[in-house]
Amino acid sequence: MLVRPKAGILDPQGTAVERALPALGFADAGNVHVGRMIELDVGDEAQLHSLCQKLLANTLIEDYEIEILEPS
Amino acid sequence: MRFGVVQFPGSCDEVDAIAACERVGEAQLLWHGDHDLGGVDAVVVPGGFSFGDYLRVGSIARFSPVMQEVAAFARDGGPVLGICNGFQVLCEAGLLPGALLPNASLRFVCRQVGIVVVDDETAFTRACARDEELSVPVKHTTGRYYCPDPVRVVFRYTRGANPNGSQEDIAGVANEAGNVVGLMPHPEHAVDLLHGSEDGMKLFESAAEGALAR
Repeated sequence: MLVRPKAGILDPQGTAVERALPALGFADAGNVHVGRMIELDVGDEAQLHSLCQKLLANTLIEDYEIEILEPS
Repeated sequence: MRFGVVQFPGSCDEVDAIAACERVGEAQLLWHGDHDLGGVDAVVVPGGFSFGDYLRVGSIARFSPVMQEVAAFARDGGPVLGICNGFQVLCEAGLLPGALLPNASLRFVCRQVGIVVVDDETAFTRACARDEELSVPVKHTTGRYYCPDPVRVVFRYTRGANPNGSQEDIAGVANEAGNVVGLMPHPEHAVDLLHGSEDGMKLFESAAEGALAR
């Protein structure tokens, strides 16, 4: 799952990273947002949305995306 | 008048909360695994770092058995006060609207602040006067209140004193009925002149007044 701050909500962590970029020579990089990635094994993929909504993300302030990877 | 003070693994302000409650009544500790509230008249969810706050502040504590009881108690009109992490837990549990985000400064803030009582009709502000200013400390990293919907504001930081970038200087809110109140500042750390202020007592006195009235 990718969990990130909702658009329009102040993201000071993203802003702090963005401010550091020009000094490092990345002048044309911007619009930085910092979220988190959660990896887990689950038997029933149908549970994933419920898992995100109940615990892994707070949908008032965060958006989430689910990516399903086949076992390697 | 008997208060129940909830303790989760990682709570750290329950001792001060009990001491504050005992100035106006009796108080007992409620453990997070408890399945009943022992007949208390009011509940305080104190500050700390419930379950380490490893995912999001307050997000795991809401699943504790005692929180099911607190939710039922609140639905029946019982007075519930959430302080700091307790406020975060009540928001995550859906007992209060909104959410708490990392401070705009990304820094831990620890200082005395002024807050204004905007609503003197809640279960924890009925002993206050409207527009009264209280001096209480804040100590948090995740106190930036945000709510996309209209909300019953109870406390605002005084002009220029907002320590975390919260929306409209909000320091504390209530549910629609006014029996559930949450705030980031710590009234339980301002109950004796040795603390530099005893303004925090107003919240506990309000709960005691309410218990007498019922």
